[in-house]
Amino acid sequence: MSEAVSALAGAGFDGIARVEEAGQVGMVTLRGDLDSAAMVKAVKTATDAAVPGQRAITRAGGYAVAWMSPDELLITCDHDKADAVVNSLAKSLAGAQFLAVNVSDARAVFDVSGAQARDVLAKLMPVDFSRAAFGPDIIRRSRLAQVPAAVWMSADDTFRVVCFRSVARYLFDVLCMAAQDGSEVGVLG
Amino acid sequence: MLILDCPYCGVTAEETEFHGGGEAHLKRFGPGSSDEDFEGYLFHRENPRGVHFERWRHVNGCGKWFHVARDTATLEVFGSYSAQVTEPPQEIRDAITAKRPGWRWREFA
Ligand SMILES: [Zn+2]
Repeated sequence: MSEAVSALAGAGFDGIARVEEAGQVGMVTLRGDLDSAAMVKAVKTATDAAVPGQRAITRAGGYAVAWMSPDELLITCDHDKADAVVNSLAKSLAGAQFLAVNVSDARAVFDVSGAQARDVLAKLMPVDFSRAAFGPDIIRRSRLAQVPAAVWMSADDTFRVVCFRSVARYLFDVLCMAAQDGSEVGVLG
Repeated sequence: MLILDCPYCGVTAEETEFHGGGEAHLKRFGPGSSDEDFEGYLFHRENPRGVHFERWRHVNGCGKWFHVARDTATLEVFGSYSAQVTEPPQEIRDAITAKRPGWRWREFA
């Protein structure tokens, strides 16, 4: 059995914000009828969190459930819990049309933190990162420079960015460039 | 630059978050159709100066396809609507009529 490793082995960078690869994060893609009672119950059973509304993110314990599209959720958890989440969902949703897949190792996850994190991300994404528009309860899928990415707040002044693993190096490098010393924007911070 | 609303995730975003998918409301002509219909389906497209209907995909977002009504000359967007329709809904037609009285596009008005 090979040893699972994250894309960039926890690479970090300190500039006007801190950029850090978050290491191994458990991630499960869940597709199906998000409005159905079976789905609400299945998500509750697997994570203890509620099914989020449009572009929202709900949390319970070490689990977060993010709204990805009208028929798709992304569940994040500890890396070694992802298979258990999939099994729980499969058991709860047996007989319904759904798809639950452990995609942990198909993704790379970064944290951008610090007082200027909003400005750093705003350089790269066509998204309103002002405090009024971007709070802790939303997830936004967009592009980060030239690749698709999803972003949400994992703590005060900390943004978690998820991309495909194949573009992990590109995303890290472009985040570091946007966070380089002397590149303060001073608009959103 | 266009600013579009995705009817599926409710996001208002600029054009680079989306990908254009060409003319809207095409009727597919496949095996068994006449050569003329097949040629029209494959090659003949509207190229209006003004009101136009297109398919767009929220490619860097929720991934869904949807429809957009806009003006090709001014880039004004009249509205976006579900992909699961074969013609523009009445509220979109009304929104266009309010701004461009007397508009016509293919068989729609
Ligand atoms: Zn969308």
